[in-house]
Amino acid sequence: MYNYYLVIVLSPLIAAIIAGLFGRQIGRTASHSITILAVGISTVCSMLVLYRMLLGTALPENISIYTWFAMDGLRIEIGFLVDRLTAFMMVVVTFVSLMVHVYTIGYMRDDPGYQRFFSHISLFTFAMLMLVMANNFLQLFFGWEAVGLVSYLLIGFWLKRPTAVFASLKAFLVNRVGDFGFILGIAAVAYFAQSLDYAEVFASADQIAGQGISVWPGTSWNAMTLICVLLFIGAMGKSAQAPLHVWLPDSMEGPTPISALIHAATMVTAGIFLVARMSPLYELSLPALGTVVIIGAFTAFFMGLLGIVQNDIKRVIAYSTLSQLGYMTVALGASAYSAAMFHLMTHAFFKALLFLAAGSVIIALHHEQDMRKMGGLKKYMPITYWTALVGSLALIGFPGTAGFFSKDLLIEAVRDSHWAETDPWVYWIAYLSVLLGVFVTALYTFRMFFMVFHGEERMDKEARSHVHESPWVVTVPLIMLAIPSAIIGWWTIEPVLFGNYFGDAIVVNQSRDVLAHLGEAWHGRLGLLLHAWQSPVLWLAVGGVVLAWYLYLKRTDLPGKISKRFSSLYKLLDRKYYFDDLWINGFAAGGRRLSTFLWEKSDQGLIDGFMVNGTTNAIGRIAGVMRQLQTGYLYTYAFAMIIGLTAILGWLTWLR
Amino acid sequence: MFYSILFYLFATVLVGAALGVIFARNPVHAIMFLVLTFFQSAMLWLMVEAEFLAIVLVLVYVGAVMVLFLFVIMMLDVEIESVKRGLTHYAPFAIVISLIMAVELVQLIWVRGSADAMDNAFTPNPADYDNTKALGAVLYTEHAYAFEIAAVILLLAIVAAITLTMRKRPGLKVQDISAQVSVRAKDRIRLVKMKSESES
Amino acid sequence: MIGLQEYLTLSAILFVISIVGIIVNRRNLILLLMCLELMLLAVNFNFIAFSRYLGDPTGQVFVFFVLTVAAAEAAIGLAILIVLFRNRRSISVQELNTMKG
Repeated sequence: MYNYYLVIVLSPLIAAIIAGLFGRQIGRTASHSITILAVGISTVCSMLVLYRMLLGTALPENISIYTWFAMDGLRIEIGFLVDRLTAFMMVVVTFVSLMVHVYTIGYMRDDPGYQRFFSHISLFTFAMLMLVMANNFLQLFFGWEAVGLVSYLLIGFWLKRPTAVFASLKAFLVNRVGDFGFILGIAAVAYFAQSLDYAEVFASADQIAGQGISVWPGTSWNAMTLICVLLFIGAMGKSAQAPLHVWLPDSMEGPTPISALIHAATMVTAGIFLVARMSPLYELSLPALGTVVIIGAFTAFFMGLLGIVQNDIKRVIAYSTLSQLGYMTVALGASAYSAAMFHLMTHAFFKALLFLAAGSVIIALHHEQDMRKMGGLKKYMPITYWTALVGSLALIGFPGTAGFFSKDLLIEAVRDSHWAETDPWVYWIAYLSVLLGVFVTALYTFRMFFMVFHGEERMDKEARSHVHESPWVVTVPLIMLAIPSAIIGWWTIEPVLFGNYFGDAIVVNQSRDVLAHLGEAWHGRLGLLLHAWQSPVLWLAVGGVVLAWYLYLKRTDLPGKISKRFSSLYKLLDRKYYFDDLWINGFAAGGRRLSTFLWEKSDQGLIDGFMVNGTTNAIGRIAGVMRQLQTGYLYTYAFAMIIGLTAILGWLTWLR
Repeated sequence: MFYSILFYLFATVLVGAALGVIFARNPVHAIMFLVLTFFQSAMLWLMVEAEFLAIVLVLVYVGAVMVLFLFVIMMLDVEIESVKRGLTHYAPFAIVISLIMAVELVQLIWVRGSADAMDNAFTPNPADYDNTKALGAVLYTEHAYAFEIAAVILLLAIVAAITLTMRKRPGLKVQDISAQVSVRAKDRIRLVKMKSESES
Repeated sequence: MIGLQEYLTLSAILFVISIVGIIVNRRNLILLLMCLELMLLAVNFNFIAFSRYLGDPTGQVFVFFVLTVAAAEAAIGLAILIVLFRNRRSISVQELNTMKG
């Protein structure tokens, strides 16, 4: 299996290097051929690994390939930890990446940076695979930073667009905040476990949990809580959890394939993956899990609300992504790691599908992203319409689709979670957030869907005359993603959630194992489907859809009136709860002011002025005085020596 | 008793000669006083059975170094008057310093020396004591390396003195022997091939 | 009885005289050199007296080296003096202050 892993990881890297460095020489066709071939190989190998893992012919492996460096007892290796969790992520990553590669041929057809784009997404695939397959924290951190770097490069792909450059910088800086916590967490792990290897850290988890650390005098924190919270801050940055979510909506400045691949399906789920991977650590710290739940619940509900007021089609989906990531985070906090991973997978498929469908619409309208200038596209773009419908239904959790299984089970897991007994406050915040979130999700999803595909045609005449279905390189990935979006839940729910699919990769404390509890009451997937009408989830979703239909197709004048009526609320939503203002005008501007102060007063005034120049000035002045002693006459020095001699003699004679 | 009388006699002359060195108006007189000082010292050294060094002092110092001083003074021909002007100005300072130092030394030698109950007298040497032999025995064994270094210092002094005082006069005709030896035929003569300039 | 202390006293007297000489004759480089010779003589007196007193010839070996160094010093010092005189037509220390900062 060893060779498979190397092939999986290295083939995208080699393709990225070829396309990146020699893209100009080998041309467009060769560039996309080689990257697609490489990612295709990765996908096939990953599926093979997963297949053999499922058959049981391949066992979870932890291999070290190479010693990166060793210092002071800390040995850092490059290695792969491939178990079922990893194999699962590998398939999701490579499959979505492959679809996006193919789709890009159509989407980026006229772009001058064609080869660069392919090189970057291949590089991203490599980095993401390194992240997923890492067997130690530092390699994880390498992958983590590498995907962040590629994300930065791709958000700012259109270098000449100032908003894109700003967005990429914003994404980079906000991720730095998260990464700061992350690297502190890694340092804490290294400090307490004396190792960064997953297996060794997990083995010493109980021992770490018993220790305390005093972050500042007078306080004692549990070491495990500290580690988990710091690692989760990293996850918050990467997975865009409030309040570090601000970069994700802006990242929509990047090309749509990127939004689908990086900012919906794979990279942003790295945080979810991280927490699931670290489940042996998180299970030992209840406060850390509480933090996870609260942050996730806040993100799930309030970020969903923002989706309702957005008019940019990609931003709506971006807020939807935030909200869905919040769902996953809540599931993590409720110790339902498998449910989170399951939702991660289905979400990867249907959200990539929605993004690519939105991209298809955007190409058809010549890069128009404002939903107010769309409408009635159903009859022009049938394939896009139907695939988008599948994606939207999956997103709202319509019975039978992938999203139904994952989201329904996720909500049930939260409902039955241990938090009901442990802390009712946390429980009700989490449960109500995910429950009401369903309604909000349905509302904004179908608002977008109706505004784009139904109703009157609001685009101008010139654009309308050009609207047509996208080419096959765009529609084939749509269909390829629509299929798993529709059926993968039906297929995989039993093994993933109740079949102990993940095995030892995910550790859950017996008393909190909500999925085992759900599994006892499990009547089969058909039973779940037939009883869907009994749960409030379905009715909330249907209510959302009906409301969207009523407001945006039936009484199109109502939304404007409502926003006028509740103008302060609307303004709050429109300004995204003022998070951007807080970050940009608060922290960023404050940081600038502090830096300016330090630069002028501390650096120029104190260090340069007083210490550096002051030292030389003082030396100059003292030397000016001392110089008077040096007459240059020989006898002055002779006298000095004689006087010194006399003094020493005197000391010898009388004082000793 | 006779020993003491001799000691005080020589010592008196020694101190007188030393004072003569520093107060003499004429540098040539000062040199002469210095020679006298060295002679008296040699006498006193003989009295403590340091015969070899006493002889060396006379031969090397008086015979070589003092003569060197004398040469230099005569060669330079310094005007005497300009030399002695600073005497009065610094006299009080010199008196104070020398008094302090003298008091200190007396204190050190007489008061503290006696307080430490040291035996003042020299132990007599055996009858067959040979100062030169004893000195040579340690000089060429224990202090062989220091002796070598002293030789190098002397060599250095010779080289330094010569380099310092040697003058290069421009236009002086000298042989450059190494250039003469290393000369090649082609430096001196150049063979040029050319066609004969006949009409054909 | 003449012993160590008498010799040391004589040496001290010579030393003080030479210091007075350095202060008094501070204008003339040649006289300064002579005073230095005098000072070294005082030091040699000490060495010889202690060597005799302790019965250890090493002290006399030191005198030997001091004489060597003093001879070398006199030779170099006089050489410098000659060069100086040649360049400046004077050996007055008063004018040797180009090192003054």
